[in-house]
Amino acid sequence: MSFVPQFFTTAESLVDSLDKKLLVVLRDGRKIIGILRSYDQFANLVLQDSLERIYVGDAYGDIERGVFIIRGENVVLLGEIDGDTEDALPLRQLPIEDILQMQREEAEEKARKDKLRFQLLHKQGFSVDFTDTDLY
Amino acid sequence: MLFYSFFKTQVGQQVTVELKNDLAIQGTLESVDQFLNFKLKDIRVVDEARYPHMLSVKNCFIRGSVVRYVQLSPPTVDTALLQDAARREAQSTQQMQQGKPAAAAA
Repeated sequence: MSFVPQFFTTAESLVDSLDKKLLVVLRDGRKIIGILRSYDQFANLVLQDSLERIYVGDAYGDIERGVFIIRGENVVLLGEIDGDTEDALPLRQLPIEDILQMQREEAEEKARKDKLRFQLLHKQGFSVDFTDTDLY
Repeated sequence: MLFYSFFKTQVGQQVTVELKNDLAIQGTLESVDQFLNFKLKDIRVVDEARYPHMLSVKNCFIRGSVVRYVQLSPPTVDTALLQDAARREAQSTQQMQQGKPAAAAA
């Protein structure tokens, strides 16, 4: 089976990330932090002791998610978390209820601005697509 | 396989990878695979303030399917050689379709 290593090189590149704490960014913008336990050539991932971290401005909050299995197509990026810089971040942790409230407010603000922008564009004769498009 | 081979020649160089979500990451190319997944070392995010979650990340793996552009430094790229390689690859594909054995790569 000499072809296996040649056609399965994602394996080589992720093998040194196993059992490390990783930040996974998903296509819907969510950030999951967990310990990488398994993966395959599509970057399907298994994370243990995972957290979903929500960022609003310079604040963040965590939600425990347990074991997380991610289908590879939804993965944007995997980052190895550097312990030293992690402890010295200029960010503050808030209780999750506060963060969720801030996230809601931020989303409402964005929706309000988008609406205004679309109205202006429409007035000037541009066609406006109201559907939330997936960037990918 | 041409682009895979090409990116392999860029390992160790400074590159900037721009993703489809507009996040641009500069770093040293550590490895690349056949899906054009990239591994970058010592990364710096362009416009860091917008992406606080990337502050504690030093090395990262980027899935090939989410990449929009890769910016390279011009002196590291031999475009004449690339053009040549593209011609050779097209030629050998053509010969394979006509059922002739592919010419030995020069």
